[in-house]
Amino acid sequence: MATQTAPARPGDNSRIEVARARREADEPTSPVVRFGPDQPFELDSGGRLDHLQVAYQTYGTLNAARSNAVVICHALTGDQHVANIHPVTGKPGWWLRMVGPGKPIDTDRYFVICANVLGGCMGTTGPASTNPANGEPWATDLPVVTIRDMVRAQVRVLDHLGIEMALAVIGGSMGGMQVLQWAASYPDRVFSAIPIACGARHSSQNIAFHEVGRQAVMADPDWRNGRYLAEGTSPRKGLAVARMAAHITYMSDKALHAKFGRRLQDREKPTFGFDADFQIESYLRHQGVTFVERFDANSYLYVTRAMDYFDLAADYGGVLANAWRNSATRFCVVSFTSDWLFPTEESRTIVQSLAASNAPVSFVEIETTGGHDAFLLDEPELYGTISGFLGAAARARGAAT
Amino acid sequence: MAANGNGTAAITARRVDLAVVAELIPPGSKVLDVGCGNGDLLVLLEAKGGVVGRGLEISQKGVNECVARGLSVIQGDADRDLVHYPDDAFDTVILSQTLQATYRPRAVLEELLRIGRRVVVSFPNFGYWRVRASLGLRGRMPMTPQLPSRWYDTPNIHFFTIRDFVELCAEIGATVEQAVAFNSKGERLGLRGPGALWNFFGAQAVFLIRR
Repeated sequence: MATQTAPARPGDNSRIEVARARREADEPTSPVVRFGPDQPFELDSGGRLDHLQVAYQTYGTLNAARSNAVVICHALTGDQHVANIHPVTGKPGWWLRMVGPGKPIDTDRYFVICANVLGGCMGTTGPASTNPANGEPWATDLPVVTIRDMVRAQVRVLDHLGIEMALAVIGGSMGGMQVLQWAASYPDRVFSAIPIACGARHSSQNIAFHEVGRQAVMADPDWRNGRYLAEGTSPRKGLAVARMAAHITYMSDKALHAKFGRRLQDREKPTFGFDADFQIESYLRHQGVTFVERFDANSYLYVTRAMDYFDLAADYGGVLANAWRNSATRFCVVSFTSDWLFPTEESRTIVQSLAASNAPVSFVEIETTGGHDAFLLDEPELYGTISGFLGAAARARGAAT
Repeated sequence: MAANGNGTAAITARRVDLAVVAELIPPGSKVLDVGCGNGDLLVLLEAKGGVVGRGLEISQKGVNECVARGLSVIQGDADRDLVHYPDDAFDTVILSQTLQATYRPRAVLEELLRIGRRVVVSFPNFGYWRVRASLGLRGRMPMTPQLPSRWYDTPNIHFFTIRDFVELCAEIGATVEQAVAFNSKGERLGLRGPGALWNFFGAQAVFLIRR
């Protein structure tokens, strides 16, 4: 038997991580800003939060003019731990290629802020947070949140930090949706915007994939109608399946084939059973299992739902160009050739709407087999584009450090 | 490194036609440069002061260079993407050395005239005497400093002459406001144009036309 102090077995490890993850929901290791009933937080759904907390990380130094802030919006299963060791998994930050000293988002020059999204599970109010009304986890009692709600919560962090206007707001995937919402709702607070691998609305196909994931979670008997935290269970299997299905959509067929092909996992021949014979099966199972240790199942439901409801043009009379009316924000839109979750056409729609409203816009489609997740991968063209655009924006704003 | 530099002097030294195009753009105008390459012309215009520049460029490399120089440039195709711009969106639209590489030059020119009040077009003249000599006397597809590619490598698919261009302008109801022709060294032709002499001695031309 392994002792409790030596977490040698994966089971022990995961229990410790789950306990850490639980703690992060209410008392995060990140700085956190809390709001009480004197500043109620109104939601798009009509609901209201009398208690809101937002956890965030910062890197670099805010200059005297407060003009060098770069806001990073994270994706569906990301969090605010962009460039530091993750407090739950112990792994490096998710965007170390992009953020750090001398990196495209250079923390020697810029003050970088990333907040955990509303509905998340790393310290910002979400379904795993304690509901102050009854001392129990919110679970599915939390009102459904939207991308715009997420952005409103981030605005409160900027207010808290005394930043009137961000030099740039940047993000990939769901982060990119937030960037678009930022630019549409707060044009005076966004000097430049960099939406990457995203769309101005969630497509029917994307909603369909999300629904498969949610159904997998909710079909797990341990989900307990969302009350698993109170009842001491965890819909691990359902969430893992949701993650496996979603993960497929983040990669291109070409990259998958190059990485795994039809190769078998630690065996010479097929077993003619339902074990993970193929490397791709083993890889996906691993993705699923490691995901559930750090991510709350209900959070997955809320955040995927927020993406589904996103349709920016619908908020502007069905005409996306109206979202950018009178906007002076400089845009840099980025897409990837092999991204089939948010294909380049989605980005072109955004770019055309920006061109139609005379906004200053740049657009780069980066050739890669990396698929949707390419914004997290080693893509020199991406980093060249971002550092060039950001540097030019900083020059234009006179935001030297 | 001067020839590769990003300064305006280095740019005018390497692209005489761009300097001429830049002269045609009044300060303070809103400009779209279609086929803006690495952004040289937009840099020239913005340095001139007050010009609000936008670019459209097909190559990823060109777009990335432009973005890194702080220009607002969209990756796209003149044949396909001009339709998305609203009417009268720009004071001047520029098409440098690109018309002969489009699939539908006439449609492109009409789109340009819809988007901008004034359109500046620069192009290599296929009626240039060396081109004629190459084709007429040697029986070979021409290669000149303005047309440097072999026939199988060239991006140019619709060759035309200065005369052809003047005729097209008349066909689509565009007025020629100004025109300049250059010899192969990039020097302005002193001859009167745009007539047969330009069409013979001009290696390339720049036209300012309007609706």
